[in-house]
Amino acid sequence: MNREHLLKALAKGVRYDGRKLDEYRPIKVEKDVSHSAEGSARVTIGKTDVIVGVKMGCEKPYSDTPEEGNLMVNVELLPLSGDRHEPGPPTEEGIELSRVTDRGIRESKSIDVKNLCVEKGELVWNVMVDACTVNDDGGMFDAIGLGSMAALQNAKFPELEDGVVNYDKKSDKGIPIDRDPLPVTVYKVGPHLFVDPTIQEQQFADSRLTISVTRENTVVALQKGGPGPLTPQDVDTMVGIALKKAPELRKAL
Amino acid sequence: MEKVSVKNRDVVVPGEILATGMGFVPGNGTYREGDNVRAARLGLMGVEGKVIKLTPLAGPYVHQVNDRIIARVKDILMTGWRLDTNSAYSAVLGLAEATSDFIPRGADLKQYFDIDDWVICKITKVTSQKLIDVSMKGPGLRKLIGGRVIKVNPAKVPRIIGKEGSMISLIKEGTGADIQVGQNGLVWIKADPEKDPKVEGAIRMIEEKAHLPGLTEKVKESFK
Amino acid sequence: MSYTKRFDGRQFEELRKMEAKVGVVPSAQGSAMFKIGNTVAIAAIRGPREVRPRFMQDPTQGLLRCHYNMMPFSGHGDRVRPGGGRRSKEISMIMEKALRPVINLSDFPNAMIEVHVELPQTDAGTRCAGITAAAIALAHAGYEMKDLVASVALGKVGNQIVADVNYDEEAYEGEGGSTDIPLAIVPSTGEVTLLQLDGEVTQEELKKIIELGTKVAGDIFKVQQQALKESFKETA
Repeated sequence: MNREHLLKALAKGVRYDGRKLDEYRPIKVEKDVSHSAEGSARVTIGKTDVIVGVKMGCEKPYSDTPEEGNLMVNVELLPLSGDRHEPGPPTEEGIELSRVTDRGIRESKSIDVKNLCVEKGELVWNVMVDACTVNDDGGMFDAIGLGSMAALQNAKFPELEDGVVNYDKKSDKGIPIDRDPLPVTVYKVGPHLFVDPTIQEQQFADSRLTISVTRENTVVALQKGGPGPLTPQDVDTMVGIALKKAPELRKAL
Repeated sequence: MEKVSVKNRDVVVPGEILATGMGFVPGNGTYREGDNVRAARLGLMGVEGKVIKLTPLAGPYVHQVNDRIIARVKDILMTGWRLDTNSAYSAVLGLAEATSDFIPRGADLKQYFDIDDWVICKITKVTSQKLIDVSMKGPGLRKLIGGRVIKVNPAKVPRIIGKEGSMISLIKEGTGADIQVGQNGLVWIKADPEKDPKVEGAIRMIEEKAHLPGLTEKVKESFK
Repeated sequence: MSYTKRFDGRQFEELRKMEAKVGVVPSAQGSAMFKIGNTVAIAAIRGPREVRPRFMQDPTQGLLRCHYNMMPFSGHGDRVRPGGGRRSKEISMIMEKALRPVINLSDFPNAMIEVHVELPQTDAGTRCAGITAAAIALAHAGYEMKDLVASVALGKVGNQIVADVNYDEEAYEGEGGSTDIPLAIVPSTGEVTLLQLDGEVTQEELKKIIELGTKVAGDIFKVQQQALKESFKETA
């Protein structure tokens, strides 16, 4: 019955908190929030709060890719951040968040992993991005995507001394980032499309589409989620919304 | 020497010394340790003659007989309904307490209360192990149709309701909303979508500023 | 050479700069951040809720469960693998023991109250910062408590007893080495609710260490109190 009420409100073009359907809550990005990490960022979208950290390590490359370093993106849906998130091994929800964020950054070639090579066949950098949720008030895909990009931009290589990483010394060299796609997730409930749900709105969504958008207005990753189907027309409208909203998110970077 | 160490209505924290001397009587939310009366929780200091007590500023809901609570039907039993009470404990609504109508044997209980229906009901019994019985019999107790339910800090419920319901009346008048407040920290709101944000806004403001003076004025202001 | 001057220039009994704030996890019943030097702990309280697994239920009172976790990027050096291991299990357990004596959970039979502690950045003393943050968060959630719990890691670096050891001191390899003594104190009674030691001390030294711990716990307590009161000040 809460769902009925939400449908009524959306039909009138208003949200529980007074926003329009295509309006984000206030977005804030703060960089360099963890001195332990090589790079970090904290993103808040309304009451949703995520800390993302980048750790770098050196390793021998895989024998089939001797010139390529490794990039890995992981999401920890911490039990701290919401009643729904219980301690224990990652849930399907957590794994989907991880995989979608990873795809948006890694598969889109945001970072050329060849730039992470120290010595061919001998030593390459491992870049590990971990997003940790602090408060879950919905809209996690977009907050984590934005935070991951911000943390990567903030990262500096630690000094390398005879093939051993000295974590106490950060260099001034950042990770070369070729492109900065950002995810915009459009939710559908009944016939209505909207962005950036609060947790209350999110639980009633029939489906969602996460669309990773580049600066050049191309789409580099997609993930359709939720039980409801989408029509081709829905997809087109959703991509349209994403292309319009992505520059707004990028401004916060 | 006897003395009260904290001003009336100041915020005090667990362990804090509120008064010194054997003449003081530790009331609600306080305890005696040697010569001192100390705070046993986060609250507002209150002195009444020799009695030192606290008004809690936060705290999980503890079920009490006669409390009106908002609950959600989570299961249908042979002999009634099991309700989620926004806590660690569920409540049981028995057939005899559900309605003044006669419910015939073998009737489909769904036609009275279905899963995910919301109700405002009254607690009739709480055992030491927190088995809870509720009833729908009483003025204003009913199924809550439409609208939505939000969670609030249970310790702030008295302020949200106000003296003899004054605060809630104020919000109703200002927004035309239908509102029910459960002692268990759930508030049901049924309002026009345009007014909905104002209703929640007013309730959140009371929650945050319940301990500050001039609250009524601030709430009035928010509807302008 | 003995340890006569602290690496970061502090007095021997001086704590690192502290900061605390409540309400940092708005979806939780209570929450707090506590920062001491470069160690940051965030604590959030969830519950009371049904105890799972069921056989752990206590029909006479609520159960306090702590979950300590370092964020993967919060360690000194390598990434900390998520999922937790024996270390975080043990720390979670000792945190429960450190906090349990001050809380009354008799209103919550068969239920559990969860304390989640996360560390976004660390520079030693993480379990102590976690306990300090958790105590603020429990009070913020409105639980009945006879007191807060203030916790700090004491140390013997070389032959010098110091308060609030940081990572560099923990790693001291000079003569006498480094001894790490995490301690938690109930300020009103001086009771000790956490005591561990890793290193080597004499009985006399241990006595001095606990005395010093009790003394500086008072300063931590002030920061805890302040954070709780601050949150109810009127904001313009």
